[in-house]
Amino acid sequence: MLKNRIIPCLDVKNGRVVKGINFVDLKDAGDPVEQAKIYSDGGADEICFLDITASNENRDTIYDVVEKTSKKCFVPLTVGGGVRNVDDIYKLLNCGADKVSINTAAVENSKVINDSSKKFGSQCIVVAIDAKKNANKWEIFTHGGRNKTGIDAIEFAKKMEENGAGELLITSMDRDGTQVGYDIELMSTISSKVNIPVIASGGVGNLDHLVDGIKLGNASAVLAASIFHYGKYSVKQAKEYLDSKGIPVRI
Amino acid sequence: MNLTIVDYKSGNISSVINSFEEVAKDKVKIEVTSDLNKIKSSDKVVLPGQGSFKRCVDGLNNINGLVDTLNEFAITNKKPLLGICVGLQMFADVGYEETETKGLGWISGKVAKIDNKNGKYKLPHIGWNQINIIKDSKILKDIKNNSHMYFVHSYEFIPNDKNLVSSTTTYSSNIVCSIERENIFGTQFHPEKSDSLGLKIIDNFIKL
Repeated sequence: MLKNRIIPCLDVKNGRVVKGINFVDLKDAGDPVEQAKIYSDGGADEICFLDITASNENRDTIYDVVEKTSKKCFVPLTVGGGVRNVDDIYKLLNCGADKVSINTAAVENSKVINDSSKKFGSQCIVVAIDAKKNANKWEIFTHGGRNKTGIDAIEFAKKMEENGAGELLITSMDRDGTQVGYDIELMSTISSKVNIPVIASGGVGNLDHLVDGIKLGNASAVLAASIFHYGKYSVKQAKEYLDSKGIPVRI
Repeated sequence: MNLTIVDYKSGNISSVINSFEEVAKDKVKIEVTSDLNKIKSSDKVVLPGQGSFKRCVDGLNNINGLVDTLNEFAITNKKPLLGICVGLQMFADVGYEETETKGLGWISGKVAKIDNKNGKYKLPHIGWNQINIIKDSKILKDIKNNSHMYFVHSYEFIPNDKNLVSSTTTYSSNIVCSIERENIFGTQFHPEKSDSLGLKIIDNFIKL
């Protein structure tokens, strides 16, 4: 039976982890490679890096991080943030990323998804959708949630599937950082409209939220950042909890 | 011992290289190349594969003499070869991804899209699934039944001779996970991304 995945996400800026795991025995709390290794040793099904480096001159730092991590972690590694074109995707894959997540570029030019999925295969193309509820609809935002697009998230999700995306990473902008739980309605609506796996993101504050994301939101995988970073829960605890709720996980 | 990972410019093989280097440490010389002489002189070959069946087959055919060299290596000389994901799928006679494409024809059978039961199952089949070991296989040595491996694929290999299948996994149907015929091995899952158990499979292949 296919297991639901738990994906810890690390925000990386200028090659350093921004919000890290608060473990005293860490030699270097800001080292993404070491943090990723802790997660993979702890049973993470996949690791996600979100590069939030703002300045262009430091953008190359992520390649070095990915290269080092992929030599130490032997679980899938997804990298997103600032991916603009097929060449960026190629560079990340070449450094050892297994999947690349594309957000703004997918909205601005969906051909990037067509071209990259044809070139590298759908299995490594994840489209990240940041959506915010507006009346009875969800609207897509780009540039890390700063820019309104007027595009309907559900329609866009279907379009991305047609264009060759292998997975969708759905983040609720309303919930992100709030710790009140995923936007279940958004997850379940998109999941029911597409035949590719949906990864739920944005808003996890406790382990029941992960359960809800899978059971009610029909997500194939759940992504979380802060609950793991600050040592509130370990990946192992999260998996044991999901298992106790009857959710198939890899233990 | 020399091991060659065939680089035929199809998809991302960094993870395959990293995992083999991790397992080999400095004991085994690993080459990543499409150089025919290097392939001929190596003791073992790994054939990775990502993206579509057609693209991978095209990738092999685009390198003059590569298919003949692989045939000589695996079929004539019967040296150990491991195919991973589409690398395994290409053992088939034919694949139907994008368009009907002839495979290497080493293990008769076809590669067809996984039946998603009218959308009941998501495709690609992405994530960790358990393998049911149905036959002893050298590369599955010390791997327990029901171990988790990492999968990512939408097409499956359906060999004519079911006796060559060493493990399957349950998704919308029983999917072939690994194949063994004498010196030819293949995994549908990605040992390079299957954590310590995947590295064990790589170690088993290296130690053959």
